[in-house]
Amino acid sequence: MIYNAQLIKQGAEAKVYLAPFCQRQAIIKERFTKAYRHPTLDKKLTSRRVVQEARCLSRCQRARIDTPTVYMVDTENYLIYMEYIEGCSVREYLVTPEGQTEAAQTKVAQDIGRALGLMHNIDVVHGDLTTSNLLMRNETGGSVVLIDFGLSYVSQLIEDKAVDLYVLERAFSSTHPNTEVMFEQILKAYGESGKASKQILKKLEDVRMRGRKRSMLG
Amino acid sequence: MIALGLEGSANKLGVGLIRHDMTTTPPTVTILANIRHTYHPPPGEGFLPKDTAQHHRSHILQLVKDAMAEGNITPKDISVICFTKGPGMGGPLTSVATVARTLALMWNKELVGVNHCVGHIEMGRQITGAENPVVLYVSGGNTQVIAYAEKRYRIFGEALDIAVGNCLDRFARVLNLPNDPAPGYNIEQLAKKGSKLLDLPYTVKGMDVSFSGVLTYIETNAPALLASGEYTAADLCFSLQETVFAMLVETTERAMAHIGSREVLIVGGVGCNKRLQEMMDQMASQRDGKVFATDERFCIDNGIMIAQAGILAYQTGYTTPLEKTWCTQRFRTDEVFVAWRE
Repeated sequence: MIYNAQLIKQGAEAKVYLAPFCQRQAIIKERFTKAYRHPTLDKKLTSRRVVQEARCLSRCQRARIDTPTVYMVDTENYLIYMEYIEGCSVREYLVTPEGQTEAAQTKVAQDIGRALGLMHNIDVVHGDLTTSNLLMRNETGGSVVLIDFGLSYVSQLIEDKAVDLYVLERAFSSTHPNTEVMFEQILKAYGESGKASKQILKKLEDVRMRGRKRSMLG
Repeated sequence: MIALGLEGSANKLGVGLIRHDMTTTPPTVTILANIRHTYHPPPGEGFLPKDTAQHHRSHILQLVKDAMAEGNITPKDISVICFTKGPGMGGPLTSVATVARTLALMWNKELVGVNHCVGHIEMGRQITGAENPVVLYVSGGNTQVIAYAEKRYRIFGEALDIAVGNCLDRFARVLNLPNDPAPGYNIEQLAKKGSKLLDLPYTVKGMDVSFSGVLTYIETNAPALLASGEYTAADLCFSLQETVFAMLVETTERAMAHIGSREVLIVGGVGCNKRLQEMMDQMASQRDGKVFATDERFCIDNGIMIAQAGILAYQTGYTTPLEKTWCTQRFRTDEVFVAWRE
């Protein structure tokens, strides 16, 4: 279907291919239909997410936040063609000998915090922040790139941005035990780079209490 | 080794007897009795803690007698008495715990307080034989996506506000559907006749889901939509199920992708919904996975699941001393140390 495409990853939502595109390598993200979902609902969600993802990516790009450049969007076939970034994910990096050092972790944490602060400044909420969705670009010596905006959307609400951070916090604690210090550093850098970051961090404390405080019956 | 399990955290009162034959490895498990008595409030109403506790108090002794007769068991055969410590409604929980304590003192038995959610998971694993599944626990009070790691059942995602069963039950009240056998069951049956999909809010926040918005939307709009004849009650039930189940399957799939698991186990009262099982199956087969589900005997709250989780803990040497047999309405799944698993 896509010329010379090589499947590199199958996630829960989409298949990711590497393929030649206009004399360069490109990433093609193809969302597939979900058999379990009602066709109308599936079509609504899938096409909305393709458009949202492309919009959020280009919104970040315009604000000079490092994200993959969008080359082309095919809304008929739910495809997004975008820049291929050579590098490893923060998740992979944190288990390398270099990634285990305090200095390296501090640098990455600051990078992440700053990137998230800038992203929230322009009201982009990522929606699925995990360490697998943060890449480190080889050509710049490991600066952080935000990827996979599949669940992202535009919102000015402090609530949404706080939940965004909470998702990352949970991803950190479940995939990287004993990295609380690193997450603190992320929040510190975030606090210094965002416009409304003080209020968002305060809201984050409310969000943290939610799951735990809930009464559970049944 | 035989355990008696007493459950009454919500409107179901359950008594179960389970035998683990320790002479084989793994132990051979036999279910000796599994009986239940449900409190049904009138249509349009939910069950209130006070009335539910009253129901449990008036039926539990007979239920224990019936279970002992069915399993052909005398008190001296029982090794341990297990009861639900939480989470659940305070009144109903304490009514049942009081009986557990009394029996333990009378018959001179050890007690084990069990986390209700862990009971569901252990029963599901026992019945289906699922090894290490991602667990979707869906009931009237709980909605959690759970995976086991390092001696705990860890919560990957959960409902941020009301549980999915609560959302369905409350919509059943709007339509004045009977609470017998269960409001969710009646929604499921009605949904089979529906076909027209209403566009409803779809709220997934990362791994978490939210149902309060969907409920408010459908509650507010249902009367007008029904009056105009644009949608039937069946269409609304169908739309609600399709939407909320899609949210659940989506987050479960994401958890599977995240931890690289191919197995899903559905437990809890909503877990016996055939449409949910079917959707989960379609998702799983798209990624070469397998779905494990049980029927209403084990999905809906029961005493046997409490006996099962309790006996597993008891085999590792765990007991709850009498002064610690209090109940708690809030008891998270990940608070339990799972000593019986590798």
